[in-house]
Amino acid sequence: MKEVKLSVSAIENGTVIDHIPAQNLFKVITILGLEKIDNLITFGTNMESHRLGRKAIIKVANKFFEREEINRIALVAPHAKLNIIRDFNVVEKQVVEVPESIEGIVKCVNPKCITNAEAVKTKFSVIDKQTVALKCHYCEKITDQEHMVYL
Amino acid sequence: MMKNKSLVAINDLSKDEIIKTLDLAEEFEKNPIQDILSKTVVATLFFEPSTRTRLSFESAVSRLGGRVIGFSEAANTSVSKGESLKDTILTVANYSDLIVMRHPIEGSARYASEVSPVPIINAGDGANQHPTQTLLDLYSIRKTQGTLQNLNIFLVGDLKYGRTVHSLMMAMSQFGATFTFVSPNELKMPNEYKMFLDGQGIKYYEQTDLNENLDKADIIYMTRVQRERFSDPLEYEKVKNVYVLRNKMLENTKPNMRVLHPLPRVNEIHTDVDPSSKAYYFPQALNGVYTRMAIMAQILGL
Repeated sequence: MKEVKLSVSAIENGTVIDHIPAQNLFKVITILGLEKIDNLITFGTNMESHRLGRKAIIKVANKFFEREEINRIALVAPHAKLNIIRDFNVVEKQVVEVPESIEGIVKCVNPKCITNAEAVKTKFSVIDKQTVALKCHYCEKITDQEHMVYL
Repeated sequence: MMKNKSLVAINDLSKDEIIKTLDLAEEFEKNPIQDILSKTVVATLFFEPSTRTRLSFESAVSRLGGRVIGFSEAANTSVSKGESLKDTILTVANYSDLIVMRHPIEGSARYASEVSPVPIINAGDGANQHPTQTLLDLYSIRKTQGTLQNLNIFLVGDLKYGRTVHSLMMAMSQFGATFTFVSPNELKMPNEYKMFLDGQGIKYYEQTDLNENLDKADIIYMTRVQRERFSDPLEYEKVKNVYVLRNKMLENTKPNMRVLHPLPRVNEIHTDVDPSSKAYYFPQALNGVYTRMAIMAQILGL
């Protein structure tokens, strides 16, 4: 019998986030606040992926994310897939959707924006879901993917 | 415009709200001295100087019997001591019924409107919005043309960075206008605005020569071409005297045509235009007082 070796060990209950672009792994961790929780977390990165070149995967034991929570990673991992695990079985698969609006997470590209001048949380409406272009609620300038800086 | 609501951006107003504001401004023009603000204190917080806008607001308040408190620049105030905008607004809101603010930081007015217990009127936030300027421009256009519908508007000068022309264009696009953009190549109307017009099915033309097609214009809206906008000083030297309107150029323009300018003017309208019946930039500034009366009266629910 051939031994199946998993690079990241399986979890009994929880969520597996797959197809994260490897370079954005730590952004996903930050956005989901994973460094602040006590759950058992394992992750692997620089794994081969046909689609992404190199991908990362995160497994969070005993954690099930809310829809809004998970959509927050759309900016950095738009193709991420979530597998909901119960008793070692995948019971549900979810995809990430780009939300209508985004609070925090991203800096406004405009150096003269109030969010870069004072302690004001950034707020954007998503004006293009394909390319993920964000319009600042305050200064009305557009921040595109190329100029996105994460908070 | 609703009672107790802030006015931050021109697109906060529907077409009907714009028209209602202009109608009310017309009433104030007929009867500009009233006592309706006699129990009102308006704060004018000018974190950067803008003498014309500030005096226009203060004149509007004074003529309606109200009191003004405030400052005309941030130096010598708590702001220079490092106070946050939020703290300044929360403090001044205790002393006033309405705050008019001018601030160099973009989005500051929207933010202020979210933290302030009293309404905010944006009198300019950096290069972003200056809705009362747009409303007074619309008032001037309607007053001189008798309508806002289907007019031929020439926008001249700095169309790339010009906040005033962008807001005016967006507002006029609701009234079926046709636009001609006249600017040096370095300062052309940005694509995002042209795409907006395309989406609305609105016709526009672009030209670099100010002398062309002026006979078609109902409104020529002049703006200043500023030296600091050019990366190459030589480019500025080349165009600085090109976008200057002279009286002679108005010869074949329509009788109803009027020249507008947000002021201050430097040299882009030659003083030989001033005596012309087609020069309208000083009456335009007076219209700012009536328009601001109408805006404040509606916000204060008077």
